Amino acid sequence: METEYGILHRGIESNPIAASSMLINAYVQHLEAEAEAEKVDWDFEDESPGNDARGFAREGAMPPEIETHLVNTVLTNGARFYVDHAHPELSTPECRDALELVRWDRAGEEILIQSMIAAKSMLPPGQEILVHKNNSDGKGNSYGCHENYLMDRAVPFGRIVSRIMPHFVTRQIYTGAGKVGAETSTGDKKVDFQLTQRADFFEEEVGLETTLKRPIVNTRDEPHGDAQKYRRLHVIVGDANLSEISNFLKIGVTSVVLAMIEDDWWGPNDLTIAAPVGALRHISYDISLKETVEMADGRRMTALEIQWELLDLARKYAEDRGLESVVESVGAEVLRRWEAVLGALETDPGSLSKQLDWVAKHRLIDGYRERHGLEWDDTKLDALDLQYHDLRPERSLFAKVGMERLVDPDDVSRAVHDAPTTTRAWFRGECLKRWSSSITAANWDSIVFDLGSESLKRVGMMEPLKGTEAGLKALMDQCETPAELLEKLGT
Amino acid sequence: MAAEREQKKKQTTTRTREAEEVEEAVPAGGDQGEELKDRLDDLLDEIDEVLEEHAEDFVKSYIQKGGQ
Repeated sequence: METEYGILHRGIESNPIAASSMLINAYVQHLEAEAEAEKVDWDFEDESPGNDARGFAREGAMPPEIETHLVNTVLTNGARFYVDHAHPELSTPECRDALELVRWDRAGEEILIQSMIAAKSMLPPGQEILVHKNNSDGKGNSYGCHENYLMDRAVPFGRIVSRIMPHFVTRQIYTGAGKVGAETSTGDKKVDFQLTQRADFFEEEVGLETTLKRPIVNTRDEPHGDAQKYRRLHVIVGDANLSEISNFLKIGVTSVVLAMIEDDWWGPNDLTIAAPVGALRHISYDISLKETVEMADGRRMTALEIQWELLDLARKYAEDRGLESVVESVGAEVLRRWEAVLGALETDPGSLSKQLDWVAKHRLIDGYRERHGLEWDDTKLDALDLQYHDLRPERSLFAKVGMERLVDPDDVSRAVHDAPTTTRAWFRGECLKRWSSSITAANWDSIVFDLGSESLKRVGMMEPLKGTEAGLKALMDQCETPAELLEKLGT
Repeated sequence: MAAEREQKKKQTTTRTREAEEVEEAVPAGGDQGEELKDRLDDLLDEIDEVLEEHAEDFVKSYIQKGGQ
């Protein structure tokens, strides 16, 4: 999960790129002060974000920029922390299942909080850098929270596009982070409050872009692994969630639906939506969840009805094939919560005010509006919206709500420093913990060692599910030095 | 335990932490609407305390560069 955080340098004229660099450097220095590990830079060797999953390269599309001169670092928990497009961005380490990812995403928030504190201690009095976990400034500028799913390369991309589309258009009824007003023309429709931060910014069904004409299904084809075997589905259509339940369902349900697509397991029902881009906004603008969208076969369905159909399919899939691909116990929990949330959304969405971001935010803002007799266009409500996402614990309105948690805070604290044990992130993190002074760079699929000899040694990690604690700990424990490790690995 | 909770729930009119827990343990009930409103009132009181002092200015100053 990659999250671009909102950033504001208070006390001077804010330069977001400088502020992002300062924030990340402050964190790295804070770590060095704790002597955890020396700073290791990101390695850009294998990056090719301009490649397109539909099989062609670029064709006039703008490849995303890589800003190598900016701060870019790898952490011992396997994450990447860097400046991207004038925002601090944190990419979590690779996780095996949805619950792990919720945990490491929370660790990401914690890292940003510690960064703010570290930066404040280094800045002159009266200055501070504020970080928000949101996706829009309310003035037409958006920044993303991207999910990435490992898939079998053999699955035809066209099948992924057509079958995931209805899910991406309708999952916002539980993944939306909520927003006061709209940032695009809504025609005759008056939008006081909508389900998502991001729906206003999507203009295409399928495409390579991520910063303009954003597509619901993004085609970036950069597997960060063995390209013969794997595809990394890069998903840009979600909101950044503070709610762990919203986040868990966003990742968990999407994983299950993708597993069904991968296995070509589908029912007789065609869930193709006639006009997905319009439907995405139409659904976001309807917090009653009662409005329908037109399907390709002429029927009209609500987002809830489409989600119920997907759940029904998923239940049968689980019975028929099992959920091992998403980890059985986690998959079962996903299905259980998915059903509970759809049921509650149908009968009384307000009852989910401790579970879902948009419901919690709406309850708060609408309550405040009524208490103070404000109109929906009052700037005070925009301030509340913004402050819901403020990561400062003493200011965060999200924190005040007291939302249901899925992850123990102690587990989050450990995940700030430790990598997941179940993916290659473990090997990356462990190498950094043990031998950071011998590592010159690291990225998703390799680590570069400098052992003092003529050439640098690159260790490839093309298999995302290898390099786990179970697979490598015994071998690593036998090694006193990185040279021994490389010898044992045959590099 | 369930009976005790039910009993507490009926008696509870003050907005205590305990009352919240009871409410969550027994989600169905006639006075749920009132309880929810009370809890929201408490929350809004808290929010008044932590809201940015110059909220309008803060919103105006919050301008981000577009990202991905």
